[in-house]
Amino acid sequence: MGAYLRPRGLEEALQALTRPFTVLAGGTDFYPARVGRAVTEDVLDIAGIAALRGISETSAGWRLGATTTWSELVEADLPPMFDGLKQAAREVGGRQIQNAGTIAGNICNASPAADGVPALLALDAEVELASRDGARRLPLASFITGVRTTAREPGELVVALHVPRPRAEARSAFLKLGARRYLVISIAMASTLVEVEDGKVKAARVAVGACSPVAQRLPALEQALVGATVDAHLGERLAPSHLAPLSPIDDVRGSAGYRSEVALVLLRRLLSKVAA
Amino acid sequence: MKLEFTLNGRAASWDGAPVTRLASALRDDLGVTGTKIGCDAGDCGACTVLLDGRQVCSCLVAMGQIEGRTVETVEGLEAGPDAMAALQQSFLDHGAAQCGICTPGMLMAAQELVRRNNKPSRAEVEDFLGGVLCRCTGYGKIVDAVMDVVAPTPATASAAGEAVGSRIVRVDGPAKVTGRDLFGADTIPRDALWIRVVRSPHARARFVLGDLEPLRRRLAAVLTAADVPFNGYGIYPDIKDQPVLADGQVRYRGEAVVALVGEHAEVLAIRDDEVPITWTPEPPVFGVDAAMAEDAPLVQADRRGNLLLKGGVKSGDTAAALDACAAVAEGTFETAFVEHAYIEPEAGWARRVGDRIEIHATTQTPYMDRDEIANLMRLKPEAVRIVPTACGGGFGGKLDLSVQPLLAIAAWTLGRPVALVYTRPESMAASTKRHPARVTARFGCDAEGKLLACDVTALFDTGAYASWGPTVANRVPVHAMGPYAIPNVRTWGEAYFTNGPPAGAFRGFGVPQAAIAHEAMMDELADRLGIDRLEFRHRNALRAGDMTATGQTLAHSAGLAQCLDALRPHWRRAHEEIAAFNERGGSHRRGIGIGCMWYGIGNTSMSNPSRMRVGLSPGGTLTLYSGALDIGQGSNTIMVQIAADAVGLPADQFTLVTGDTDLTADAGKTSASRQTFVSGKAAEKAGQDLRQQILRLANAGPDAILSLEGATLSVRDGGEVRTIDLAASGPLMGEGTFDPPTTPLDAEGQGVPYATYAFAAQLAEVEVDVELGTVKVLRIVAAHDVGRAINPTLVEGQIQGGVAQGLGLALMEEYLPGRTENLHDYLIPTVGDVPEIECLLIEDREPLGPSGAKGIGEPALVPTAPAILGAVHHATGVRVHRVPLLPHRLREAIVALERKRA
Repeated sequence: MGAYLRPRGLEEALQALTRPFTVLAGGTDFYPARVGRAVTEDVLDIAGIAALRGISETSAGWRLGATTTWSELVEADLPPMFDGLKQAAREVGGRQIQNAGTIAGNICNASPAADGVPALLALDAEVELASRDGARRLPLASFITGVRTTAREPGELVVALHVPRPRAEARSAFLKLGARRYLVISIAMASTLVEVEDGKVKAARVAVGACSPVAQRLPALEQALVGATVDAHLGERLAPSHLAPLSPIDDVRGSAGYRSEVALVLLRRLLSKVAA
Repeated sequence: MKLEFTLNGRAASWDGAPVTRLASALRDDLGVTGTKIGCDAGDCGACTVLLDGRQVCSCLVAMGQIEGRTVETVEGLEAGPDAMAALQQSFLDHGAAQCGICTPGMLMAAQELVRRNNKPSRAEVEDFLGGVLCRCTGYGKIVDAVMDVVAPTPATASAAGEAVGSRIVRVDGPAKVTGRDLFGADTIPRDALWIRVVRSPHARARFVLGDLEPLRRRLAAVLTAADVPFNGYGIYPDIKDQPVLADGQVRYRGEAVVALVGEHAEVLAIRDDEVPITWTPEPPVFGVDAAMAEDAPLVQADRRGNLLLKGGVKSGDTAAALDACAAVAEGTFETAFVEHAYIEPEAGWARRVGDRIEIHATTQTPYMDRDEIANLMRLKPEAVRIVPTACGGGFGGKLDLSVQPLLAIAAWTLGRPVALVYTRPESMAASTKRHPARVTARFGCDAEGKLLACDVTALFDTGAYASWGPTVANRVPVHAMGPYAIPNVRTWGEAYFTNGPPAGAFRGFGVPQAAIAHEAMMDELADRLGIDRLEFRHRNALRAGDMTATGQTLAHSAGLAQCLDALRPHWRRAHEEIAAFNERGGSHRRGIGIGCMWYGIGNTSMSNPSRMRVGLSPGGTLTLYSGALDIGQGSNTIMVQIAADAVGLPADQFTLVTGDTDLTADAGKTSASRQTFVSGKAAEKAGQDLRQQILRLANAGPDAILSLEGATLSVRDGGEVRTIDLAASGPLMGEGTFDPPTTPLDAEGQGVPYATYAFAAQLAEVEVDVELGTVKVLRIVAAHDVGRAINPTLVEGQIQGGVAQGLGLALMEEYLPGRTENLHDYLIPTVGDVPEIECLLIEDREPLGPSGAKGIGEPALVPTAPAILGAVHHATGVRVHRVPLLPHRLREAIVALERKRA
């Protein structure tokens, strides 16, 4: 039987992390990885640290506390630019998972099919890490380094995600494809955020998940969208070459070729949705 | 860690390791077993509780996080003693609980919603229940129950003589909606030792066990093949081919090798790699092609060519008749391993009582378990007592032994109670599956669309051990021509051993696989001749008076044409609506399909008797002693309804003793859709027997009216009332047996394989997202000839649940050993995937059955996949040859078809 620490303050947690601990928050990834066996590792339960929870507006944008649950996010009063993330939040597992699972848990678990990641990439989220030695911020795209690997050092804790305030009116959307309606691992998903000025795209960010080891932004598409009129034809800017950053695989949920094809379909529909 | 919290409105304290799952603490330490564990991974939602008012999976919450918080479980829903919450009452009245294992989780998920909004929309209900899987109900009655929570429609109570045909609530319903029903993992004694099974990671391998002494010193026992008195079991008396623990070689991934027995924490703490097993993997035989190959390694050394069984049905001259047909269709259709995915994993416990062994476990077949355990233990059957717990879903998967043999051996040897609860991955890896099939069919008809001939060959992958393989291989040839009158028939089945999981019994015994083929043939022939698909089937439907391909004349109760008549208005309406929708163009196209089936009730050409008893005690207790296991389908209620009318007393005066092999008679197994027909008939006879005894005592005529008050039985015959003092007259016991009349099939498959058949036709409306290849089923209308609906609510529940499983078979379910051994990679339909299902009950009475009833369990599932696949064809032009039709497979077929057309 390992140790179980449940600090109330961040300092205490960071002090603990000077030796190895498995971090536990919502438990929605921790326990499924331990079916039918005794839990023996040392556990640091960060769910009781008030400073890590909740959403606040800052001068630069918004701070999403690490242990904010998906349900709390859905219920938060946030501008339309968060619609995509809220739509993704409603697709994370079932409602029980959304009530317990946390935003930071989703990115630290680093599944290629993490439903939160494309929407957070579209929001240009940064990850704030803290350790005894100080704090640092990383773009989310640099934080997740591969399948179930992140840039988090053993002594670090993700304390928040930061979403910058856009320069213009921003809208976002998310679409997911799975083989059933609820509680399903994505075959593919996509999210976008467009900043709109005078009815035209001023800037855009688009990300696709479950089609590469880590969800990817599509910079060529983002460029191609700039200047486009935000209307039902927005999706016409899309070209197959825009998918170059993706590297889909064959698995039980779909073939690589299928994923490439449906990624295009999802993106076209996503752009219509966000333009609507 | 000691902590305080609020549990169901009361202060609670708990002490233990803070990393303990809330679900385990509730069940193991706090004594509230209403919360069920189905997967321990957040995939099924059975363990849903409210934490500070929000639904969570209690298997994913650390007890360390509970301090000061509020936990609500199903036990907290009731307002007081005997005061069910409105939600529970609504579940009960709607028949929303079948096996009941998901019910507590469903109730708690719904409770989160109805507290916020007690008049929720369907969409809201689906969103709140989306995280709880149900394998029995098809969700419809659950959704209705939540939507109607403020204004439930009370179910009916029935007067004497009026139980049959009425929608009385399940007799075991109150226990299920309050969380009081006790399943396999719910009655384990606190002092029990636990078993953890070490299983093969290889599909085919030889192995040597190293020195087990160090482990034996740490544990109460380490069991190996050498500890099993007779190490072979199997469904058939002459095929005991499956070892309880493998002896030097394994034949499928998940096969049991070593059993660790000790304190619960001890056995969990030992990792597989601490058990000294030296493996020598060998190339596995996967699929029938590999098994049939000339140089194929033998899965079982004494099974030449890896063949388990072959046989068929032959009538007329198929080859000549096909040559003479105006139209001939042909095709080959393939299906996958399909997992039962009952939400209750295999579970139970055993203890030695003197020179007897007593096993409390979840099962579908107490008497077969008893005899099989006796055989394995080298005991007399009387030395084995099976006490079935409530069964949290079976669907055929709990007809084979699972936990029972190891429990019996360990408890017998150690003299202490011993428990075993499978984990979800273990349940999926170890248990039987639906047989993968490859069905090749040729059907031909004349220019008017009258079927003349068919030739069907079905190859089955029976996996590593025989299990119910012979049953599948025997049943399919009888059914593979479909429910149609065809003068020239050749059907053939072969089953091959492979290193896949043992394929066994799963709702339909191979008939659902065959129906995919014959129904595709009906569509194609109808299309070729320009005849409406429904009318084509109607023209060829088997009717009373027709002779089947086995030479059996259907004297009565063949209601397929009536089923199709009932569907016709729905069919026409849907065709018009779909045409209008598709005219609009776009990426979504709709289609409608139809599937028909017939299904022989009970064992194929084999005796399958039931014996039931109805007793009236000196104290006036009226008891049905039923060995028929209710696995959620409702036989407890059906048997009481039938017996009540046979005796002539109200159903609510009955108490029920069920399953226990010491207290009931053998009513056979809950399989082959046989309990209503076979055990129901036995219950009817038992009730009639008791009534005769009462009438004789009272010297009353056959029309006398009975009433029971305390120990006084009143018999009113015309104007005269006689009373019987039961305390003085002594106990009365009525008994009834029934064995459906069948005959063996000869070498050409001629004979009477079943005493009666169920018939059905279902239509499916689907919407295909042509660009993504996804299929949304919009509506199912299911018309079933059940002979007589003993309880329409329960019949609808069976139909809706069967349809949901058929939908899964068609669209999403594929078990891949080592890859989909959990409920997030292996998908079953959620509440958002099952559409509205309208049930049309056709009652073409079967004179042999109780009040004319036949069966419904398996027939419910069989037509669904064919109907959905026909609808996909109607929408897209794609004829599906392989299920499940995963989105990428359909999209690839659509692209291929577009290329072909271009």
